[in-house]
Amino acid sequence: MNIIACVKQVPDTETLIKVKPDGSGIVEDGIKWVMNPYDEFGVEEALKLKEKLGGDVTIVSVGPARTMETIRTALAMGAEKGVHIDDPSLNGADAYTTAQALAAVIKTLPHDIIFCGQRAIDGDVGQVGSVLAELLGIPSVTLALKLEIAGTAVKAQKAIEGAMMTIETSLPCVITTQKGLNEPRYASLPGIMKAKKKPVDVKNAAAIGVAAAAKAKVAKTVPPPARAPGKILQGDDPALKAQELVKLLREEAKVI
Amino acid sequence: MAKGVWIVAEVRDGAYRKVSYEIASAARKLADELGDEVCAVLCGSGIEGKAAELGKYGVDKVYVADNAALDPYTTDAHAAAVAKIVKEKDPAILLMAASVQGKDLSARLVGKLATGLATDCTGLKIEGGKLIAVRPMYAGKCFGEVAFEATPAMATLRPNVFPIVENAKAGAVEKYDPALDAGQLKTKVAEVAKDTSGKIELTEANIIVSGGRGMKGPENYNILEDLAKVLGAAVGASRAAVDAGWRPVTDQVGQTGKTVSPNLYIACGISGAIQHLAGMSSSKFIVAINKDPEAPIFQRADYGIVDDLFKVVPEVTAAAKKILA
Repeated sequence: MNIIACVKQVPDTETLIKVKPDGSGIVEDGIKWVMNPYDEFGVEEALKLKEKLGGDVTIVSVGPARTMETIRTALAMGAEKGVHIDDPSLNGADAYTTAQALAAVIKTLPHDIIFCGQRAIDGDVGQVGSVLAELLGIPSVTLALKLEIAGTAVKAQKAIEGAMMTIETSLPCVITTQKGLNEPRYASLPGIMKAKKKPVDVKNAAAIGVAAAAKAKVAKTVPPPARAPGKILQGDDPALKAQELVKLLREEAKVI
Repeated sequence: MAKGVWIVAEVRDGAYRKVSYEIASAARKLADELGDEVCAVLCGSGIEGKAAELGKYGVDKVYVADNAALDPYTTDAHAAAVAKIVKEKDPAILLMAASVQGKDLSARLVGKLATGLATDCTGLKIEGGKLIAVRPMYAGKCFGEVAFEATPAMATLRPNVFPIVENAKAGAVEKYDPALDAGQLKTKVAEVAKDTSGKIELTEANIIVSGGRGMKGPENYNILEDLAKVLGAAVGASRAAVDAGWRPVTDQVGQTGKTVSPNLYIACGISGAIQHLAGMSSSKFIVAINKDPEAPIFQRADYGIVDDLFKVVPEVTAAAKKILA
């Protein structure tokens, strides 16, 4: 089976995000970069599928030079090879352009199933997997919590508001992965050693025939609205403080 | 030239989801500013009779695709049906719900329409006759103002943020043929298993009572559930509680869980790790109950109680029961 997992390098969840004074983006100094947590579920599912059905896993990523570390992490987890699309014109690209770049590479590779994290935790855009599927002309199932493959039949489960939905489709397809699908493995030490020798193709935008033309762009980045300082309720009696809280919620905040 | 503010209305089990009225109201506001009409696309089966109702929230015209293949929702059938009418009528702006369905459909439409989409927006404005969509990024650690270089300018709106405004219009209805080709429909829904526990969906809840590591174990969540019951609230959890296996993944609030914006968020035994704060900071009122006065959650809270949650929460439940009785 030819399995593809798309990954993105993002700031770690514990990162404090600082906005540049001119609003042109975020300050990248001192950020710890990691594999997007939702993509880890995709890599894990890809590896599990390979272990069950045979085949190989190719990692595809768009990003600047530092992205290579994240590709190597996926290779250390057990993927066979990687493609790194690295071009300044694609840094901070919108979902459509990113999906175009991924599609341009994936079209040249045999692919039965493609995993993408349901969203990357930096821009929180959550579009790339679906746009990629559309550009490849194949079905997509988003937010998969459970996945079964039998022959070319695909059965996936996702949570919708107030219900679990079971969706059936067929290979080839794109699956976007959600927390709960699996427990991503850690790279082993031998895995890390082996990953250094695994092949990663580096390509620029011209090589894959993509000219970035954003359909949407973040014109300005701003800090979140400041919150007014709150009130700490004083006293030693939990019951009195609880009563005061309920009174405030009712009369001042008017939310209950 | 692209013209008009459009929405895709969301129905489930033959009824509109509340967020549909929110996006209709938001669209009306933009259209009034632009001097444009609001049109809605309504896709489903046996729903033609529901169409005119959208007029109440300011929709001028509803395009209805009534077809058995459109219920229940599948990505490919709905994306094909919406794309057909949007390509034909060429709207300038297309708004949808940032619900599970709306996010799935809107992303697929980006591919079909080769356009831009701002996901999960909390604000919309018109500058120089064009849409600017304001949306949280990094789960709310900062916000982006998104401008569009293609049409329709698409945005999904976070539920529970945009007010519902009744603004009655005649609400004309026009049926169209979605021209679905059965051979093109590659996904189908095998089952929808409803949660019959009466649980309120976190992303739609007006009030959320949430518990973290301070809950000490899964068996203690009943005190939060009791409070939630009195307040008509949903129960959420921090990543620590979910990773410990105390609560299901679908309950997680934060950067790798759900981003929520209820009117009231009550954080119990949650220290306020940055990834958690990111997911709930857009709540209108925040209450923190934690015995550690240094917990970062207190810096975000409108009201804080520094005490043992096991003593405070049952008292809050009792006091709320009295006042709401």
